[in-house]
Amino acid sequence: MTGLRWRIVLAAVVLGVALVYALPSVLPDKGPLSAVLPDKEVNLGLDLKGGVNLILGVDMEKAMHNTLGRMGDELRSESRSNKIIVLSPQVVEDNRLQFILLDTSRADALEDLIDRQYSRQLNIESREVEEDRIRYQLAMTSEYREELHKMTIDQVLKVIRNRINEFGVTEPDIRRLQDNRLQVQLPGLEDAGRAVDLIQKTAHLEFQLVDDEADVNKAEQGVVPPGAELAFLQKRQPDGSYSKQPIVLKKNVLLSGEHITDAQVAFDQFNQPYVALSFDRQGSRIFERVTGENVHERLAIVLDDTVYSAPTIQEKISGGRASITGQFSMEEAHDLAIALRAGSLPAPVDILSERSVGASLGQQSIDQGIRSIVAGGILVLVFMLVYYGIGGLITDILLFLNIVLITAVLAGFGATLTLPGIAGIILLIGMAVDASVLIYERIREELRRGLSPRKAVDEGFSRATLTIVDANVTTIMAAIILYQFGTGPIRGFAVTLSVGVLASMFTAIFVSRIFFDLWLKQRKPGSSLNL
Amino acid sequence: MGLQIIKPDTNIDFMGKRLWAMFASLMVLALGLGAIVLQGGLNYGIDFAGGINIQVKFDRDIQAAEVQEALKSQNMPEIRVQQLGLDQAHEYLLRISAEGAKPEEMRTRVDQALSQSMEGEFSIQRLEMVGPKVGADLKNKALQALFYAVLFISIYISGRFEHKWMTAGIMAAGLLTGLYVLGLLAVPLAYLILAALVITLGLTWYLRLNYALGAVVALIHDVLITVGIFSLLGKEFDLTIVAALLTIMGYSLNDTIVIYDRIRENLRAQKKLPLMQTINQSVNQTLSRTLLTSGTTVLVVLCLMVLGGGVIHDFALALLIGVLVGTYSSIFVAGSMLLGIGPTPEKEPEDEAVQAA
Repeated sequence: MTGLRWRIVLAAVVLGVALVYALPSVLPDKGPLSAVLPDKEVNLGLDLKGGVNLILGVDMEKAMHNTLGRMGDELRSESRSNKIIVLSPQVVEDNRLQFILLDTSRADALEDLIDRQYSRQLNIESREVEEDRIRYQLAMTSEYREELHKMTIDQVLKVIRNRINEFGVTEPDIRRLQDNRLQVQLPGLEDAGRAVDLIQKTAHLEFQLVDDEADVNKAEQGVVPPGAELAFLQKRQPDGSYSKQPIVLKKNVLLSGEHITDAQVAFDQFNQPYVALSFDRQGSRIFERVTGENVHERLAIVLDDTVYSAPTIQEKISGGRASITGQFSMEEAHDLAIALRAGSLPAPVDILSERSVGASLGQQSIDQGIRSIVAGGILVLVFMLVYYGIGGLITDILLFLNIVLITAVLAGFGATLTLPGIAGIILLIGMAVDASVLIYERIREELRRGLSPRKAVDEGFSRATLTIVDANVTTIMAAIILYQFGTGPIRGFAVTLSVGVLASMFTAIFVSRIFFDLWLKQRKPGSSLNL
Repeated sequence: MGLQIIKPDTNIDFMGKRLWAMFASLMVLALGLGAIVLQGGLNYGIDFAGGINIQVKFDRDIQAAEVQEALKSQNMPEIRVQQLGLDQAHEYLLRISAEGAKPEEMRTRVDQALSQSMEGEFSIQRLEMVGPKVGADLKNKALQALFYAVLFISIYISGRFEHKWMTAGIMAAGLLTGLYVLGLLAVPLAYLILAALVITLGLTWYLRLNYALGAVVALIHDVLITVGIFSLLGKEFDLTIVAALLTIMGYSLNDTIVIYDRIRENLRAQKKLPLMQTINQSVNQTLSRTLLTSGTTVLVVLCLMVLGGGVIHDFALALLIGVLVGTYSSIFVAGSMLLGIGPTPEKEPEDEAVQAA
């Protein structure tokens, strides 16, 4: 009984604060209270709110491969301007850059150049002398590999974030995971297909000349003239499907997407959508020169290795504007414009896992969850009331307080409630009475042994407390492990379970003792304890 | 006085029926493990095996075979159709295991196939795709979770049951050393879990931590039987089921702790009585609490199973089996184990008498 008043004050303060934090999540309309109450509410997980959860894998191997390939081209032109002839740079196994030096006497000059320009990025791994040539193999330094790793992930994250932000989803969540992975959460999105397409689009735009002298049929059989490559021109059919028509392009890239400053959807005179591009100053100059030099040739607009259109250049184009026409649908043109504005991905991105829940199923899960909580709750409340009388009533009040505490903690800490989380709350309603049952059964036993009500309550609480703490430690242990290793929804379960177990321990040991002391106090001396 | 289901003077001879209980346990275990062997291992859901799940809700009564037929006509990769939850929900889960199938393409094709060859309305409510990499990762994480659960629980209960934290320390050191050595040998995680269990059993036996030994055996019993029954029912194992298994571990221990505490308390109070009688007495004294707590838990889990919807149904089912088996095992398995090996000998009489309800 010591300090009963203080214990009441403490319990009232804790529960009062809990109520303030719990209310915003429960009240459908806060009305004038909204000025007073905290604005934090329980977050709903995607499985309850509906939406798409994607795990993306960044293809780092491919990023390294691309970078090495680009460095090989740079090295070749760099060498050429130093009068060194380097042949066929290519990326070979184990991510090594291989090329051949034509004149062995220039070996020192070449290695000097590599040392000057690339010592931070590349190491010479091997030199094989073959008659009058030297075959070099270069590998990335480990520092540069790490740097590239980080840069690539940062770039991918930035590009995807830009694209998603323009896509028009409310509160998207994009974050980095371990092992070159990203997680993208798009609440409220029903059709993941478009988002997936947009995210995966590399959006690598290139302008190349069409090699009209080459024989397309021969090229299809694998005979491609030197300096040219086979590509496919995509045409949209009236029924919405696509046809692919082979076309031979000159390999040399005249202009690429990095010079784009803006991309917008526009409409031609037939009301067909197309994407209008604007280049930066340098891009405009290059475009002007390229079109001026190649009048009457065909210029192919290549996006992610697919040729969208290959119009004939009628005249020199100045002003830094171009357009991609390809008989797009409105949505396609819109998404393509976003992708081009947001920049290209430095590495391909794979969808490693996708989980999407329709908003209707989410709402259905919430309804079913609440129904289970109410049904299970009422059954347990009635059972306890019938079985323990006033003691049962106390337990019922505690159960209610538990729910308030759980809601408050979830809201206050911004935790996420998921469907398994709701299941955790339901499970807890069944398990939380355990603490009360342990105490009450012990009190009953002590009463049977002939102890006075006050002594029996004392004994019951003191003997049961340790067991309650111990028995709950195992559940909390399981919950912590689940939190550590589980994915989103399971984490929700771990959170509600452990918060609930702690809440039930607080109410059963601390709050319930207050009720018992009050009960004992106002009871007529000498009457029995109705438990 | 309120109600009483179990009269205070109840004295059921639980230990006398321990052979029957053992027989029953072994039968169910054999059935479950048989089912697992016949199915060629556990039936993994897409979380672990990878693949695509598409949940479809119809507006009328439909047989799974009907859905299967409708999809087959459309030249789709192999799809397994399963009913979700209760009949009146009309919810089905389509599982596509074909490798490299694109989720959004599958959504469109299922949508087309069903709208062409089935009458009535339907909606695609949920789509999940887990690629092989993420599947392998999740499997690894689930195994790790089980591994650490076994590790921490073993250490905790050897300290907790015996109030000998020194011995628990030795136990932990032995366990970690053994596992470290196995870890160096790059033993697969599944075997590490098995090894952790075997080392735990061996150490508790060797260090005469008999309460801990009994609790671990009861724990293994509960998890194996739940897994067995689950396989017997042809249910899939995914992450939520692993979560249920861990919860069951916690619950089963909780029950065992209460009964063992009472046995120890009674042993101290009456040293003369035969062990069998003390155990029986203790189980009977806590019976009312055991049944009440299990009762309310079963009640809420049943509510969840019936009202909670298809997505959470199997999770609730696993919990239900686990709670029932856990209650049974804390009475029969944990008690019988202690009867078989005897309680932990108490050397120091001044050993702090921690008493519990």
